[in-house]
Amino acid sequence: MSIDSTKLFELVIAASLINNFVFTRFLGLCIFFGVSKKMETAVGMSITFTAVMMISAALSWLIFNYVMVPLEITFLKIIVFIGIVAGFVQASDTIMRKVSPGLYYKLGIYLALISTNCIILAVPLINAGEHYSFIESLAFAFGSGIGFALALVIMASIREKLELADVPAPFKGLPIAFVVTGLIALAFTGFSGLIKL
Amino acid sequence: MAQTSTVRYLDLIKNGIFKENTIFKLALSLCPSIAVTNNLRNGVLMGAAVLFVQVMVNITISLMRKIIHPRIRLPIFMLVISGWVTVTDLTMAAFAREAYKQMGLYIQLIVAFASILARAEMFASKNKVTPSMFDGIGMGLGFLFALTVISFFRELLGKGSLWSFPIIHAKPLLIMILPAGGFFAVGILMAFFNWMSMRHESKGH
Repeated sequence: MSIDSTKLFELVIAASLINNFVFTRFLGLCIFFGVSKKMETAVGMSITFTAVMMISAALSWLIFNYVMVPLEITFLKIIVFIGIVAGFVQASDTIMRKVSPGLYYKLGIYLALISTNCIILAVPLINAGEHYSFIESLAFAFGSGIGFALALVIMASIREKLELADVPAPFKGLPIAFVVTGLIALAFTGFSGLIKL
Repeated sequence: MAQTSTVRYLDLIKNGIFKENTIFKLALSLCPSIAVTNNLRNGVLMGAAVLFVQVMVNITISLMRKIIHPRIRLPIFMLVISGWVTVTDLTMAAFAREAYKQMGLYIQLIVAFASILARAEMFASKNKVTPSMFDGIGMGLGFLFALTVISFFRELLGKGSLWSFPIIHAKPLLIMILPAGGFFAVGILMAFFNWMSMRHESKGH
């Protein structure tokens, strides 16, 4: 199996910039608005997120292609994928607490949040829908993770400033965050058409 | 007796639509509120799908509440939810092909809705079947209502049409159907709801 590195690069760029999960696919918004208040949490979340996403994409790919396709039970993919993600998150939570309490203290709280995140679930679903190969799935998951991290960091740095701004009362909190996200999304529209896949 | 219980059910429904509106008040399950609301038909279909899943999940959980061991309740809830989502997903794929092509992924992702899990955990697992059903209807209708409002404005302003019938014959504001427009629409509507409840409160005092 030869790996076409240009294709992989394109996948990463497409997943992170052009089809950025937050700004053009609108997934993971709950977490996006939840943890983008502070830079520190945003960075912690991004790291945990990318790692979990790549591992769960790999696991789901293996199970989908070696168990579900041969058994012809692909219609159960929603149930199976959510099981894989939830199980994996729970397992890494337990393992991290035992093996590295320091890391758990820093990132553990994000793990709990991740299991109900739609991006983590969307990545395996898209991988299965597009029939990506194993390496392509990993590249897609990595790109998505980077894209989400980028979105979080941009948003966190804006919101830290926004705290000090004088916003009209009804717009305080989430509404203004939405409008700001809209503005960033507008900027991200500029990336569309960068690569034709 | 019958009178009071009807009132209670109505309250449950009202609670879901206004007081605890999933999108405008609780700010949960936001992803589809922007993703599929660039035209009215998709918004309504998505809302209906969520309504169905929410009601069925509430009923199922409520029926099973006595036999679910509390320690493993979350995985069981997830299983029930994903089961009903699969049902919806396959039905939509069979009967609403055109819409499914555009929003299939988001239908599948109803699984990850915090609001559905939250209602199962907070309400259905503690209440009898009928109240749970009404709670589900209320929450689902609230969601449907929110999606309808958002997609109404976005399609009207962005394409000048409603349910793909042309209404306004002027140059539409293209931005409203772009991703960015979705964020603007939700932000402004949220602010509007905040403003309404602020006024409501200040009148009460």
